[in-house]
Amino acid sequence: MRKISPRRTGTRRSGARRLGVLAGVALLAVVSGCGTSGGGGSSPSANGGFTPPDVPMKQSLGSMEGQVNILAWPGYAEDGSNDPKVDWVTPFEKQTGCQANVKYFGTSDEAVKLMKTGQYDVVSASGDASLRLIAAGDVAPVNTDLVKNYADISPFLKDRDWNSVNGQMYGIPHGWGANLLMYNTDVVKPAPTSWGSVFTGASQYAGKVTAYDSPIYIADAALYLMKHQPGLKITNPYALDSDQLQAAVDLLKKQRQNVSEYWSDYLKEVQAFSTGDSVIGTTWEVIAQVAQGEKVPVKAVLPQEGSTGWSDTWMVSSKSQHSNCAYAWMDYITGPQAQADVAQYFGEAPANPKACDLTAKNFCDAYHASDAQYADKIWYWTTPISNCLDGRKDVQCTDYGDWTQAWTEVKG
Amino acid sequence: MTATSLEEPPAPDGPPGADRPPPSRARRRRPRPGVRTGLLLLPPMLWLGVAYLGALAALLITAFWSQDDFTGEIQRVWTLDNFRQLFTIDVYRTITVRTLLIAALVTVVDAVLAFPIALYMAKVASARAQRLLVIAVLMPLWASYLVKAYAWRAMLSENGLISWLLAPFGLDTPGYGLVATTVTLAYLWLPYMILPVFAGLERLPGSLLEASSDLGAHSWTTLRRVVLPMAFPAIVAGSIFTFSLSMGDFIAVTIVGGTGQLLGNVVYNNVGAANNLPFAAAVATIPIAVMLVYLAVVRRTGALENL
Repeated sequence: MRKISPRRTGTRRSGARRLGVLAGVALLAVVSGCGTSGGGGSSPSANGGFTPPDVPMKQSLGSMEGQVNILAWPGYAEDGSNDPKVDWVTPFEKQTGCQANVKYFGTSDEAVKLMKTGQYDVVSASGDASLRLIAAGDVAPVNTDLVKNYADISPFLKDRDWNSVNGQMYGIPHGWGANLLMYNTDVVKPAPTSWGSVFTGASQYAGKVTAYDSPIYIADAALYLMKHQPGLKITNPYALDSDQLQAAVDLLKKQRQNVSEYWSDYLKEVQAFSTGDSVIGTTWEVIAQVAQGEKVPVKAVLPQEGSTGWSDTWMVSSKSQHSNCAYAWMDYITGPQAQADVAQYFGEAPANPKACDLTAKNFCDAYHASDAQYADKIWYWTTPISNCLDGRKDVQCTDYGDWTQAWTEVKG
Repeated sequence: MTATSLEEPPAPDGPPGADRPPPSRARRRRPRPGVRTGLLLLPPMLWLGVAYLGALAALLITAFWSQDDFTGEIQRVWTLDNFRQLFTIDVYRTITVRTLLIAALVTVVDAVLAFPIALYMAKVASARAQRLLVIAVLMPLWASYLVKAYAWRAMLSENGLISWLLAPFGLDTPGYGLVATTVTLAYLWLPYMILPVFAGLERLPGSLLEASSDLGAHSWTTLRRVVLPMAFPAIVAGSIFTFSLSMGDFIAVTIVGGTGQLLGNVVYNNVGAANNLPFAAAVATIPIAVMLVYLAVVRRTGALENL
């Protein structure tokens, strides 16, 4: 832009007037924008207990709507577009006449955000997302009588902290798995047996440690402290008062000095292990398998302290326009065949033990699918809320907002 | 970077600089030139005002709301809490300072790299070579940002190209971190610095260089006392791009930044992950404020006319 000649003051004045008009227009736009979108959803009282908003439950099934919008973890609703052999969406479409529109999300937080749009009918929510969805009224209670496969689901996955409130199920359990400790077998010797190798012993692998990039990773530190610093009296890694949270944050800040990078994209972790930029850190079974498939010398173990993990639940949106197709999907995806397909593709334990007859030999044993004792060693992701999940009444626990803040501070 | 003019068309009754005052009756009969220009500019201004600045204003208003941490619902109640947090929690100050330092560093690196390239392009290269060089400078812009950032990730990795190149000298790759971020950003924004500086130097009359030489100046002196001062506004113009782009970036940092985070990451994490739009909006006001101050300072150098 060439210089506007300063000699003509008239130009300047009209310029100023134009600016004034502009500001007026902008203000108008803002005011009218606010007017239309007032009032939030119903939210629970900030500090007190957690009472889910009154969302009606579906009472009976009707005719199919012809389509369903699915929000899923990658791998949970494959339609053959990634790999023609991996397809369990097409059989569903043929059976029910519901066309499935699938959208993938990368983190629980993203899923929560997308569910707020009301554009999705069902979501595969992990435990760190489900309570938030319930509390915000984004998902409806689920009538388990309408899902015939529900009866077969492993009992230890039903009516848990992360998928039900006051005995009311808010979804159908899908599958579960642990966050494991992965290490490069060429570099990390002897084989680690404790999470200590990524916390107090992390300096041994300075600059080569990796960790999951999410506030929920704080629970991993809390779990370690629970076993190694009994003085803190942590009994549930998702129920931390402010002192306990501070202890976990301190541990994570120390860990950070040895961390090469945090991962949330699983391919990023595979790459970091294959180039040698990371040699030890948290992982999922599926990542270990992909890495091993690429001939990276890694192993994934469940350390002696147990671990955090995820237990996913299919939930129905409270604003669903296609709730019949949504129920049909929940029933289909928790059936033995679909469960077997998804579990083997993703690398997790199926929620429906009948799937084990259809999986490869030893698959279910490897993932401890029906092993309630093993499942009990895992602390499944649960949204931290201010009334302590461990039952303490005398203190207030830190909630997910505090954890998000703390996570920013950990990363510095 | 074309020279457009917002000047009014010259008044029909003589050159604008004429001494005599404009006749007052003529002014009443027809709309004043300013009004005509205003009418012409109304549609784009509406677009700018409603879609562009309106969105910005909406963002700024969101910064004064709060969010239910648990359910993620936005609560439309006026509060200064977001700004209080922003100013009282140390980590945000650290991140702001870090972001400013990186943006400044990237700008300096780019200016140092761009100046000789632009000088060669503008004053030394033949017309044909000049065209080829412009294409060469533009070429990286045609490739996707992500491809370039991931290329740097591969090069900077433990077994990467840089590590291999530096090994004979007993050095190692800087690994992922703030150094890697600076390098990557400097690479990404370099064309945005070269082009304005090139445009600025091209306008520098060759006769000035000759005059300087005739007066007995060495080429180094000419460079320092003639070329640099005249190119300075163009460099500042380029710095607006490199500085503001660096300050808003968050992708390069997630790819090569290791554990580091910049303001952009805080915004991204609060929008994309924590879904805390109000706090993200509050954080986003920092780069806006910094850029306003920067532009105000830059305006004095006359760099804005070089854009």
